[in-house]
Amino acid sequence: MSNAAIALRDISFTWPGQKTPTLALDQFDVQAHEQVFVSGPSGSGKSTLLALIGGIASPQSGSVAILGQALDGLPASKRDRFRVDHIGFIFQQFNLIPYLSILDNVLLPCQFSAYRRERALAQGQDLHAAAHSLLRSLDLAPNLWTRAVTQLSIGQQQRVAAARALIGRPEIVVADEPTSALDSDRQQAFLDLIQHECEQAGASLVFVSHDQRLAERFHRRIALNDINRCAGVEESA
Amino acid sequence: MSFLFRLAARSAWNRRFTLGLMLLAIALSSAMLLGIERVRHEVRDGFSQSVSGTDLVVGARTSPVQLMLYAIFRIGGATNNMGWDSAQKLAKNPAVKWTIPLSLGDSHRGFPVLATNGNYFEHFHYGDGQALSLSEGRPFGSVFETVIGAEVAQRLHYKLGDRIVLSHGMGSLHMTDHADKPFTVVGILARTGTPVDRTVHIGLDAMEAIHLDWEGGAPMPGLSIAPELVKKFDLTPKTVTAVLVGLKNRAAVFGVQRDIADDNSEPLMAVLPGVALDELWQVVGVGENALLVVSGMVVIVGLAGLVSAILASLGERRRELAVLRSVGARPGDIFLLLALEGLAVMLAGVILGVVLLTLALFALGPFLSAQFGVTLHPALPASGELQLLLWTIIAGFVASLLPGLRAYRLSLADGLTPRI
Repeated sequence: MSNAAIALRDISFTWPGQKTPTLALDQFDVQAHEQVFVSGPSGSGKSTLLALIGGIASPQSGSVAILGQALDGLPASKRDRFRVDHIGFIFQQFNLIPYLSILDNVLLPCQFSAYRRERALAQGQDLHAAAHSLLRSLDLAPNLWTRAVTQLSIGQQQRVAAARALIGRPEIVVADEPTSALDSDRQQAFLDLIQHECEQAGASLVFVSHDQRLAERFHRRIALNDINRCAGVEESA
Repeated sequence: MSFLFRLAARSAWNRRFTLGLMLLAIALSSAMLLGIERVRHEVRDGFSQSVSGTDLVVGARTSPVQLMLYAIFRIGGATNNMGWDSAQKLAKNPAVKWTIPLSLGDSHRGFPVLATNGNYFEHFHYGDGQALSLSEGRPFGSVFETVIGAEVAQRLHYKLGDRIVLSHGMGSLHMTDHADKPFTVVGILARTGTPVDRTVHIGLDAMEAIHLDWEGGAPMPGLSIAPELVKKFDLTPKTVTAVLVGLKNRAAVFGVQRDIADDNSEPLMAVLPGVALDELWQVVGVGENALLVVSGMVVIVGLAGLVSAILASLGERRRELAVLRSVGARPGDIFLLLALEGLAVMLAGVILGVVLLTLALFALGPFLSAQFGVTLHPALPASGELQLLLWTIIAGFVASLLPGLRAYRLSLADGLTPRI
């Protein structure tokens, strides 16, 4: 248990205004350094699961523990702080803030979290150096860094988002269908990069996708439809 | 916190075109609010400063407001005149320092004609006690000479030496002219911002002279007296419309007022101009408040526009707000981000409004003064105006809480995945 990055127990969660629970499961664990593939078609409670892990939502019953810390007892503002301190998120698309530079986008978590900032500083001489080295290892050449976010290709944008998720070495990286907007060659390349970086950073990776072709590259595969007793019911989230 | 400020600024810069339009709308509406407030004050000041230094206005019995209307503002006509002997008696009253007899009734191309004597140029004061001054020429001396107000001169393009013809009565159509007895412009008064500017001044004897061959408001058929001959007649007026009175000692004002009211020889009344002006303003003030209400509504419309523009942009920004949430922004931060934007646009808009108004007054001030007689000086907002602006900003702040609140709700409901 002490080694678990994510531990969900006996969860039942109902969105406000809904009559039936969207997510009900007995157990969902991710170990430290583990890379898990979570598959779930829409309606399987995927968004709800991510909201619980991120501490955006609290289950009506059951417990959510991240890195040994019980989230359900924490007030919302502490959960917000905890989320940015320990979890990096990558979304399907439109990950970046259009009016911030690429560098500022990458450094966003360091603005909201002193913990992430310190850990990023431990990686390089200063924040910019830390961001630069991440961008470089994610195959983003320096000549791209000064460009406007909107001038990047989708693949490049997703790699910037990955750099943002990884900066300051959060213990957990959650990727929500990050490759679905990419063509299949790019998907493989992106996956290579992110898996490699998570390994380097010692982060657990929760990779949510409906694309089973990617599944075999992970340590473990979890089908949300199998563990969520409410799967298939119309999902609100 | 400072990061949030920067974030709000960058985000606003990203949408600068839309926000710029909103800024302009706010600026225009607050400039209008302030402009109307200025005009209001100016009109009110001009109104209360149309006469000063006069302790009593005396005329035939009527309502104080009506007496003020025709004696000072040259609006309407007197139902009764007062006898010249009463005016003479008043001038000899030991408490009285000076009197200015006023006789009204004729006009020149829509401008009222006021018959008076030399005391007018010496004792009539306006504003904070300014005396009348001539910008050109001299006071009238012989019978058919006239001194015209600044606006009369400007509107009708009159200069010294021009000959003008007065008309009987106050209308502007189908009037009988005193064409046989033209007047020569010998003086033009400097602008005062009071009804004096709109007045054509002649001597009391001239008023008498042009009506010599008149009876009952019309020329007498078959009788015509040439201007050269008028001096052979007695040109002492028989009646005047009103008399302005200055006292040696202001403390005596109520005593003199009572003496006039109690005089049995002729039914007269004396009013204190300040009191009557206040009474009059209460009537006019309704329109004044309506103006303020209208400009208040303009501000509200501007605010509603701002709020709806920010609210509309929220739909497109849900993804952005969710990303901010994922990197640790609390719903409170999101709220602050939106509220800050509204407040900043509001503040900048009001400041821009003040600047716009000041520039407009620099550019248009002389025109407004010439066309409408309203003198507006470019100036920093006075304390009353600052209060008004402060309320505008407070209203704007409250209004900008709305999009903030909506964003707060959205970011709570959306979590990390907006349902768009």
